[in-house]
Amino acid sequence: MADPENAKEATTLRYAFGNVLSFFILLLIGVLAFWIRLFSVIKYESVIHEFDPYFNYRVTQFLTKNGIYDFWNWFDDRTWYPLGRVIGGTVYPGLTLTAGTIWWILNSLNIPLSVETVCVFTAPIFSAFASWATYLLTKEVKGAGAGLTAAALLAMVPSYISRSVAGSYDNEAVAIFALIFTFYLYIKTLNTGSLFYATLNALAYFYMVCSWGGYTFIINLIPMHVLLCIVTGRYSSRLYIAYAPLVVLGTLLAALVPVVGFNAVMTSEHFASFLVFIIIHVVAFVYYIKGILSPKMFKVAVTLVVSVGLVVCCAVMAILIALVASSPTKGWSGRSLSLLDPTYASKYIPIIASVSEHQPPTWPSYFMDINVLAFLVPAGIIACFLPLSDASSFVVLYIVTSVYFSGVMVRLMLVLAPAACVMSGIALSESFSVFTRSIKFQLHGLSGSSQVDSGDASSSTVVAQNDAGKAEKTEDTAKERPSKKSKKKEKGIVDKPSLKAKIERRLLVLPFEASIFAILLLVLLGAFYVVHCVWAAAEAYSAPSIVLTSYSHDGGLHVFDDFREAYAWLSHNTEVDDKVASWWDYGYQTTAMANRTVIVDNNTWNNTHIATVGTAMSSPEKAAWEIFNSLDVKYVLVVFGGLVGYPSDDINKFLWMVRIGGGVFPHIKEPDYLRDGQYRIDSQATPTMLNCLMYKLSYYRFVETDGRGFDRVRQTEIGKKNFKLTHFEEVFTTHHWMVRIYKLKPPRNRIRGKTKKPRSKTSSTTRTKRSAATKRNPWH
Amino acid sequence: MQLVSACTKTLLDSRGKAAAMEKFSISILLIISLLPFLCSSFSQESPTDRRILVLLDDFSLKSSHSIFFSSLKSRGFDLDFKLADDPKLALQRYGQYLYDGLVLFSPSVERFGVALDLAAVLDFVDSGHDLIVAADASASDLIKSIATECGVDFDEDPSALVIDHKTFAVSEIEGDHTLIAADDFIQSDVILGKTKIEAPVLFKGIAHSINGANGLALKVLSASPSAYSANPSSKLSSPPSLTGSTISLVSVMQARNNARIMITGSLDMFSNRCFRSGVQNAESAIKYDKSGNEQFVAELTKWIFHERGHLKAVNVRHHKLGETDEPAMYRIKDDLEFYVEIYEWSGKSWEPYVANDAQVQFYMMSPYVLKTLSTDQKGLYHTTFKVPDVYGVFQFKVEYERLGYTSLSLSKQIPVRPFRHNEYERFITTAFPYYGASFATMAGFFIFSFVYLYNK
Repeated sequence: MADPENAKEATTLRYAFGNVLSFFILLLIGVLAFWIRLFSVIKYESVIHEFDPYFNYRVTQFLTKNGIYDFWNWFDDRTWYPLGRVIGGTVYPGLTLTAGTIWWILNSLNIPLSVETVCVFTAPIFSAFASWATYLLTKEVKGAGAGLTAAALLAMVPSYISRSVAGSYDNEAVAIFALIFTFYLYIKTLNTGSLFYATLNALAYFYMVCSWGGYTFIINLIPMHVLLCIVTGRYSSRLYIAYAPLVVLGTLLAALVPVVGFNAVMTSEHFASFLVFIIIHVVAFVYYIKGILSPKMFKVAVTLVVSVGLVVCCAVMAILIALVASSPTKGWSGRSLSLLDPTYASKYIPIIASVSEHQPPTWPSYFMDINVLAFLVPAGIIACFLPLSDASSFVVLYIVTSVYFSGVMVRLMLVLAPAACVMSGIALSESFSVFTRSIKFQLHGLSGSSQVDSGDASSSTVVAQNDAGKAEKTEDTAKERPSKKSKKKEKGIVDKPSLKAKIERRLLVLPFEASIFAILLLVLLGAFYVVHCVWAAAEAYSAPSIVLTSYSHDGGLHVFDDFREAYAWLSHNTEVDDKVASWWDYGYQTTAMANRTVIVDNNTWNNTHIATVGTAMSSPEKAAWEIFNSLDVKYVLVVFGGLVGYPSDDINKFLWMVRIGGGVFPHIKEPDYLRDGQYRIDSQATPTMLNCLMYKLSYYRFVETDGRGFDRVRQTEIGKKNFKLTHFEEVFTTHHWMVRIYKLKPPRNRIRGKTKKPRSKTSSTTRTKRSAATKRNPWH
Repeated sequence: MQLVSACTKTLLDSRGKAAAMEKFSISILLIISLLPFLCSSFSQESPTDRRILVLLDDFSLKSSHSIFFSSLKSRGFDLDFKLADDPKLALQRYGQYLYDGLVLFSPSVERFGVALDLAAVLDFVDSGHDLIVAADASASDLIKSIATECGVDFDEDPSALVIDHKTFAVSEIEGDHTLIAADDFIQSDVILGKTKIEAPVLFKGIAHSINGANGLALKVLSASPSAYSANPSSKLSSPPSLTGSTISLVSVMQARNNARIMITGSLDMFSNRCFRSGVQNAESAIKYDKSGNEQFVAELTKWIFHERGHLKAVNVRHHKLGETDEPAMYRIKDDLEFYVEIYEWSGKSWEPYVANDAQVQFYMMSPYVLKTLSTDQKGLYHTTFKVPDVYGVFQFKVEYERLGYTSLSLSKQIPVRPFRHNEYERFITTAFPYYGASFATMAGFFIFSFVYLYNK
């Protein structure tokens, strides 16, 4: 700084003060991120949410009980009966290991928390980490002020809250932190060119690979950015150091994760990184040659190499394409293909399309999940181009790709959220910086506009300190934004001390009133965001979905605890080795809460097996009985919402059972169930629909409830009201009829004479379903 | 070791519990009368029936069929004779069955006593008890519907009898050829005993048939091809519905719970007259002094009351080759040994069952291994095999269904896991070039670093 002594001293003091302040702000952001996620615990109870978390919880229990080697080699015989599942080789272990380690550390410190408690609070803890990682990332891109803003935004962005409330113990809980942290380390390496950070980056990438299948996003985004840098002529040794070690170490480390294994070098998702790895070496080599050759020689060399290189490239590409094309899915897994072609899954893989979070999002969900950030992102992108650095080009690329992916799958909104926060943080911080500078300039202009150049730094000090003081006051009321602005300004001054920047800054001065007004508007915008986030955290995203609540019209709270009631019944009233069949959504919960063997669960790895269950559910009673009996099923569990109006019940999921079942067993034909293109259960329903097992198990004795069988979800009277079950018997129905459990009747003891019914009731149960299917369906 | 037995006859709850229940009942007399039953009640361990209720149309049958009844008594059964419409009739008391077997010699009864009806009789069977039904020309709808529920269809024409103009029993008077000398027995030593029944069986009664698809019912005594079912006193206006060897004279049905049921269209078959009289088939020249009825009925009732053909499989054991403890889980490609013991009830004790066709399946949706078990002649069956290279939850399955025997069906679940991470081969010979390559690269990199750093 070209300032006098006292100014220098003031600057040093300001730094120290600013650092302490940022530290406390970050701490508060972490606390905020943690606490805002506790609504679910306060409103409901400390309980694991939804479906997948139950599996993760069960795995964590196993890990804490049996140790890491048994976890690695765990063959689970209580799920996917009779196939079983090799858990150790098919699960991303990051989350489990993280929670297991936390539990182990706490226990060795003599803090006896239960595994469940640790699991419930893992996600909020890691959200705090994620917001700190966001601070680091944004700080690398645009300075500390933007970093703090982005961290505060991320701490409460609804999209992330939806996946990380207390109890939502899923891979994404730690994966988002890992994702942001990996990006931070990449940018950090890019900015510093330090091999130390490059190594850390590979380790962070390893943690991400351990945690979530979304790591492929990283291993495609970073090569894209490297390619972008090369194409735009930004190649540097820093870029090389940021990228080459990541690919080499990262791929080696990724291959160590059992679930990834050789996929790290064999599937198309990873090919981009290798291609760019080759390109960057070629480019590095070219730069090296350029350095040692004279320009004329270089030109000759280039023409020579390019002509030879093109031929070689074509040959390699041809081989590569031939290799990839020889595999049926072109080397891409179904999920990744549906990313590139959004209609792919619904066209070819009903099992992927059947998951609601794999559907494309609707427009309102953007407003719901990232709220005002959606408006701030464009401003942030503009700010990133002023000026464009390697780091800011990375975040621009990040936001562009993640916007695309979020448009494909609603689940990937989660990847968009950090990018949107970073962008909005930059936008807010930059605009505050512009407005406050204008105000400051105007204030000085009123007092004495003679000395602008020299007064700039000192006046900014004053304002900054004023701001900081203000910030300290406002911090008590949990409003961090003004203080961040001040931090940003310091950083801005440090970053751009050149005369040119100052001239630019003077040009950007706005009228005083306009600045004040704009700041007020921005604060208002932020306030709206906070209000929305708190509402979303409290109301929209805190329901554990295992316990439901509703408000009656007189304001009373009604709790629907049917799921746990049913699982408790199963665990108390059935044999340990009994098999329970249900649609796959409830598989994880049944194994975790009822401790019973299930046929299929939420890890949808075997389409045929799921299709078998889907076929059974869509078949008439007798055929269904035969399928279930061949799978040794004792109990069938269906979820029915018709009595209380719970919309995500099995009848609403029935179309997927038909589609998935029909995809493998062609005698299940969707048109048989459709009337006017709709799945109807009223008097217009098709006979196939009215005779299928799912209809019967859902509506058995339903007419006894209100006398006419009015389904509150479908808002209609059911088509077939009085019927009897011949091969199943109802053994348990929960309080609100949400879960109904049926038992398979044993084969009849005697065979009657003189009946018209086919007599070979059970003689053919052991034949394979495929042959049964072909037998029953002569047209296929 | 879990005892798995194919004998699924429902055990009377438990004797202690029953006794406790009885203790509180006011009727001390009842206890005294019940105690002998409780002591000798049949169980999984001794499946032969002990207490048999005989329902009669009238008590004169007691004397006219006395040979049959006394032969049962001499074999150790307690016979309890009741009139079919006795109002105090009951099969069970306090939820416990009082009898192990039921003999319905009351073809004409339209309604049983108060506590007994069609459903009660069927429940009796479904809880694993045995039943003998004898009908005749006066068979009521009730008896016919019991038979129908058991898979046997009597001729719907109420006045029809089995008529055979070729293989009728020769007698002094010409008659209408409704007394048949039948000798078309089922070929099964288990059901009819090892001694061949030489003399034909005298039969006079109504015809029934069995649906061919019914896997549980069997024709034990079929009519000859020339038989038909019609009213002997009227002229035949239309072709008879039942003809030839589709007509079954005596049928048995073994329910899935191994309850055994015998149904015949002739009550006279059991009578002293038929037992004693000589027989000559109209088609053959041989005249037997004594009809085959007594032997036939005696052997068949032995089977019905589980004195023969009742198997149990116990002590399923398996372990790795060379070990003795039973593991909770196998690994793929393990070698294992499998044992099971099969015994047959001889009427008094469990004798080793010897056969060379018992098989074990290693089953997961379909059998991956199917091995015939070798026996040591003392009831122990054994085999060894290698676990297939497929992991999953397997079952050892022994399904043994032979004519006349109770069906054995036992399965034992056993998971098979893949290799652990450290159970694979550590060094593979074919991969040595790769090992060499990686070590060469490492060495090369090391040397290169030295050259690059210190060769300026």
